[in-house]
Amino acid sequence: MTQHRAALRLRLASSSSRHSSSTRPVTLFLPSSSSSSSPSSPLHLSAKRIIDYVLLGITGKDFVLMAASKAAMRGPTILKAEDDKTRQLNKHNLMIYSGEAGDTVQFAEYINANISLYSMRNDSELRPEAVANFVRSELARSLRSRNAYSVNLLLGGVDPISEKPHLYWMDYLASLAPVPYAAHGYAQYYCLSTLDKHHHPDITLEQGLKLLTMCTDELKRRLPIDYKGVLVKVVTKDGVKVLDFDNDRIVKSA
Amino acid sequence: MDKLIAQYTRSSHQNEFYSEQEQHDLTESHPPLSLKFSLPPIDDSRAFLRAMTDDHSNPSCPIKLAHGTTTLAFRFQGGIIVATDSRATAGNWIASQTVKKVIPVSRLSRGEDKPTDAPTPGLLGTMAGGAADCQYWLRYLSQQCTLHEIRHKRRITVAAASKILANLTYGYKGYGLSMGTMLAGMTPQEGPALYYIDSDGTRLPGNLFCVGSGQTFAYGVLDANYRYDLSEEEALELGRRSILAAMHRDAYSGGFINLYHVKEEGWVHHGFNDMNPIFWKTKLEKGEFSNVTSEL
Repeated sequence: MTQHRAALRLRLASSSSRHSSSTRPVTLFLPSSSSSSSPSSPLHLSAKRIIDYVLLGITGKDFVLMAASKAAMRGPTILKAEDDKTRQLNKHNLMIYSGEAGDTVQFAEYINANISLYSMRNDSELRPEAVANFVRSELARSLRSRNAYSVNLLLGGVDPISEKPHLYWMDYLASLAPVPYAAHGYAQYYCLSTLDKHHHPDITLEQGLKLLTMCTDELKRRLPIDYKGVLVKVVTKDGVKVLDFDNDRIVKSA
Repeated sequence: MDKLIAQYTRSSHQNEFYSEQEQHDLTESHPPLSLKFSLPPIDDSRAFLRAMTDDHSNPSCPIKLAHGTTTLAFRFQGGIIVATDSRATAGNWIASQTVKKVIPVSRLSRGEDKPTDAPTPGLLGTMAGGAADCQYWLRYLSQQCTLHEIRHKRRITVAAASKILANLTYGYKGYGLSMGTMLAGMTPQEGPALYYIDSDGTRLPGNLFCVGSGQTFAYGVLDANYRYDLSEEEALELGRRSILAAMHRDAYSGGFINLYHVKEEGWVHHGFNDMNPIFWKTKLEKGEFSNVTSEL
């Protein structure tokens, strides 16, 4: 019951603080070059400053691998090099996120609390599909508000009954897509082609990690920013586990 | 006696070359870099051009440049692989699906693009960026290479050819040129040589380059599987697969896969093939692209 209240309070707190901060004129953040284009563009979404972190997700035979970069950036500074951009929603579901500073953790905690609340009220765990659709509906609802959450996320989960892995790609405009592998931000441009070539639905965890290493190697080679390595977690039927991942590999360019 | 010996110890090819005076006259008669284009009567031509062509900030801009491409080239043990897509876009409009983005640059091979088994001597250039700029300046480069060949009685090195182009783009820096090209060739002096030249005036020698809007996708496949000691068969397949990856993921790349191999004797064309059957073959036979569903 205390958790129940906490979840509700969290929701109230977040919504009230958002409104007080929304007094700033949105046009202030529009790039000057685009001020000539129609000012009634939907929701001024371009005003938000989404920070691109590396998010990767790979499904295999009986697992979902999730990797999120460990750097927390603001402007030209890395504020923290051991940031955890993941959130375990219940035993079999893990969410990794990136986006507008502040929005990300706020949204993740809100989702986390409400999923806990649901489980307590109904005495049942939500399956990956249910979690994904709940998160999407919350994002979609927020999108139509004065100050929408700008959060991109990946949701990985294993269905405890069928023991099948599920991965969902979701962006801040609340599109939802079930996928076998996914990436967000600049990682999309470098890693999706690698995954297109090397991914198969029935890979083992070992092969999955090898595939993930191929992706992070490519990012080390070609991304001009240092994302401070990735935090790797795996979701299986036994729950979520942090995996040891070698982020200090030296990658040589051709 | 010394005089007599000197007369008979001249190197055998000495007489084939021009005298020092003749050489001087010839090299001094280079055409000026400025080809005296008339420029619009405005202060800042760069800003003007950006205002006219940048459809990102102004979707109703009057000039839509042909952009968007994937091109790649890499050196390996057996020479150089050059591969491109064939799509030209102007804004959201696909202007063509059958563009030849690999341009032979040299007197001997210019204008010939028939698929033959015999290697054609000369350099290859790739186009990315403004289609007109690339075509025009690679043709200009071809002219300069031909003149070099006539003047010096030997084929131009890739280093020299790339320097001509880089000096040219640097000379026009700020005038709104848009091109990212790679020059590939094999000469006795250099062996296999690959250079990247762009409209900022950058000129870089290297082992592996991808240029264009689809470059990241091509890099994703190419980097993961590239080795210098690739066999010819593997190298051609890797080039083809890297371009396919970019054509699949990049909306501004597509059409046909154009594949070349530069060897010691010259370049060989390995086909201009529709990506569609290649994509489905790759998916269905190798099980790749598992995010694409094949059943209805």
